Amino acid sequence: MKKPFPFASALIALVSAAYFLIPLYATFQFSLQMVRGEWSLAAYRAVFASDTFIATITYSVVASLVAIMIGAAIVVPTIYWVRLKLPRLRPVIEFLSLLPLIIPPVVLVFGYIRLFGSSSYLPLTMSDQGTNFLLVMGYVVLALPYMFRSVDNGMAVIDIATLTEAAESLGASRLRTVATVIFPNVRSAIVSGAFLTFSISLGEFVLASLLNRPAFGPYLVQMGQDRAYEPAALAVMTFGLTWACMALMQYFANRKPGSRFVPRLPLSSAKGISP
Amino acid sequence: MNFLRIAAVSKSFGANHVVKEFNLDIDKGEFISFLGPSGCGKTTVLRMVAGFETPSAGRIVLNGEDITALPSRQRNIGMVFQAYALFPNMNVFDNVAFGLKVAGQPKAEIAARVSEMLKLIHLEHLADRYPYQMSGGQQQRVALARALAPRPQVLLLDEPLSALDAKIRVSLREEIRHIQRQLGITTIFVTHDQEEALSISDRIVVMNGGRADQIGVPADIYNRPATRFVASFVGTLNMIEATVLDQSGTVKIGETVVSLPEPIVHRQQGETVSLALRPEAGSLTGDLRGDTALPGKVLSTHFLGSVIRTKLDVAGHQVSFDTFNGPETRLPAAGEPATLRFAARDLLVLQD
Ligand SMILES: Nc1ncnc2c1ncn2[C@@H]1O[C@H](COP(=O)(O)OP(=O)(O)OP(=O)(O)O)[C@@H](O)[C@H]1O
Ligand SMILES: [Mg+2]
Repeated sequence: MKKPFPFASALIALVSAAYFLIPLYATFQFSLQMVRGEWSLAAYRAVFASDTFIATITYSVVASLVAIMIGAAIVVPTIYWVRLKLPRLRPVIEFLSLLPLIIPPVVLVFGYIRLFGSSSYLPLTMSDQGTNFLLVMGYVVLALPYMFRSVDNGMAVIDIATLTEAAESLGASRLRTVATVIFPNVRSAIVSGAFLTFSISLGEFVLASLLNRPAFGPYLVQMGQDRAYEPAALAVMTFGLTWACMALMQYFANRKPGSRFVPRLPLSSAKGISP
Repeated sequence: MNFLRIAAVSKSFGANHVVKEFNLDIDKGEFISFLGPSGCGKTTVLRMVAGFETPSAGRIVLNGEDITALPSRQRNIGMVFQAYALFPNMNVFDNVAFGLKVAGQPKAEIAARVSEMLKLIHLEHLADRYPYQMSGGQQQRVALARALAPRPQVLLLDEPLSALDAKIRVSLREEIRHIQRQLGITTIFVTHDQEEALSISDRIVVMNGGRADQIGVPADIYNRPATRFVASFVGTLNMIEATVLDQSGTVKIGETVVSLPEPIVHRQQGETVSLALRPEAGSLTGDLRGDTALPGKVLSTHFLGSVIRTKLDVAGHQVSFDTFNGPETRLPAAGEPATLRFAARDLLVLQD
C-alpha cells in the first residue's frame, strides 16, 4: 500500500533546511563578489596568498592532531579498564567527561593561567612550548565529551569483557589483547571521535586567543574585523571542512570490520590454505 | 589418577555464596555436563576452571599441577562462550590462528593446523569470511575450532548452543560430541537443558544452589535421582508425599497402604517421605499394569500427538501421566474419577 506524500513533514524539513542554507548561500555569493561587477574566486586567492593564513592553519592542524593523539591515548585505555574492571564507576567517568560541556572554555583557560602562570610552581605560560602544551591539553579537554562518547559507544557494541576472556584463554597477554583485539575493533570509533576533535579545535577561538597562540581561530576573527570578502571565503571553506569531517566520521562509523580502504584481491587473502 | 580435580571449591561474591564446597574428579577424555537452573553457579565453576575467577576456597588441579592461582593465559584451556565471542576484526582463518600466533608457532605450521581445524568443523570454504558474514551456528563452530586449535588440555563450553535455534542445536551438539570423541579431549559442557545433558554426556553433574546435588551417568541421573531437586529438574517426575508406617518400607499414600521395594532409612515412623513416579510408569486405562492402584480425579487431558498427557489429582497431589495414543484408547475426561495403576517397585524414594 502506498502512503500519501508527507506534505507537512516535507514542509518542516524544507523550512529548517532553508534556515541554514539561505545564510550559507548568501555568504558564498558574497565571497564571490570581491571584484566589482563579476563573479570570481579572488577572495579565495587572496586568502591562500596570505602567509598568516598558511601559518595559522598549519599551527591549528598540528595542535589538533596532537590533541587527538593525546585524547585517544587517555580515553581508550580508561574506558577499556572501567568497562572491564570497574563498571560501577562508569557513570562517574561519564559525568567527568561531560564537564567540559558545562564549564565554559573561558573558565578553563583562566584556571590554566592562574595554575600555570608566572608565579606558579609550574610556570608553563612563560615559554612558547609550555603554552602550546596548555593549548593542546585544553583541546583535549574540550574534545573529551565527544571522544569519550564515540569510543564508549564503540566499546559498547563489542563485548569487550568476553573478547578479553576469549583472547586470554588462548594465551594472549593483556597488552596483546588490547593491541590485536580491542584496539582494531574500536579504531573506527576512535577515528570518528578524532574528526569531531579536529573540527572543534581547528577554529577554536577562546583558548587560542587568551593563551595568545598564532592559531586559526583568532586569525579568523581578526580577518572578520579587518576585511570584507576574505572572511566570507574563509567561513565557506571552514564550513566545507567541517562537513567533510562529518562525512568521514559517518563513513568510519558505518564501516564493517575487516573492510579495507581498497578492497583486497581475493587471491592475496587466501593466506596459503590449501584445499 | 584423575586428570582434572576440583576439590572443595567455594566462591563468594561479597556475602553471596555462589558455589559451596564443590567437588568433582574428571578423567582424561571424559565429557562432563553441568546441568542446573539459572543462577545455580554453573558458569562460576566453569570460570574458576578457566581462570577467570579465583576460588574463595579449595583447589583446582589439572594433570597433577595445582592451577588454582595460575592466570588463565597459562592454563592451556579452550573456552567456548554462549555469545560466540569471535574477534570481529578478524576473518575465520585469523580467528582460528589466534592462539597459535600467540604461542609463536611458525607460519606454515599455523596454516596447516588451521586448515585441519576448519576441515574438522566442515567450514574450509569460509576461511575468508568475517564473523558478521556468518550464521550463529557457523560462528559457534568457528569458536570451537579456535578453542581447539592450540591443543588445549581441557575444553570448556558455557551454554554454547542456547543462542541457536532448535534444529541447529541438536545437530551441533552431536557434532561437538563427535569431535570431542575424535580428539579424546576432556570436556566440561554447561547447559540448563536436561535433554542436551542426557544425550551427550559421559557423566552429568546436577547443580542446585551452588552444590553438586548428584553426579552420575545419564541413565542413573534419570532413573535414580538422588534428591527431590534432581527428580524434579531432570525429566518430568511426579512427586507424591507418603507417610512412613514402618521403616522396612511400608508407607501410606492417602488412604492406600503401599510396600516399597527398599527400606526407608532416612525417615522415622510417622514422618513424611517424598516418592517419585515417572509419567511413563503409570497407567490410567485399566490394563492391569502393576500391583498398586490409587483413586484419583482427572483435572485435564492434553492431546500431544503420539501421547495423551492426563493431569490428575491423587491424594491431594497433582500428577501427570502419558498414555500412548491408539485407535482404541479411551481416557476419562476432565472431572471424571480415574484409577492410577503402577508397580510399587517403580516408586523412587527421594533422599531430599
Ligand atoms: N561477578 C559477579 N559478581 C557478583 N555476583 C555474581 C557474579 N557472577 C555471578 N554472580 C552470581 O552468582 C550466581 C551464580 O551465577 P552463575 O553465572 O554461575 O549461574 P549459572 O548457573 O551459570 O546461571 P545461568 O544458567 O543463568 O547462566 C548468580 O546469582 C549471580 O548473580
Ligand atoms: Mg551461566
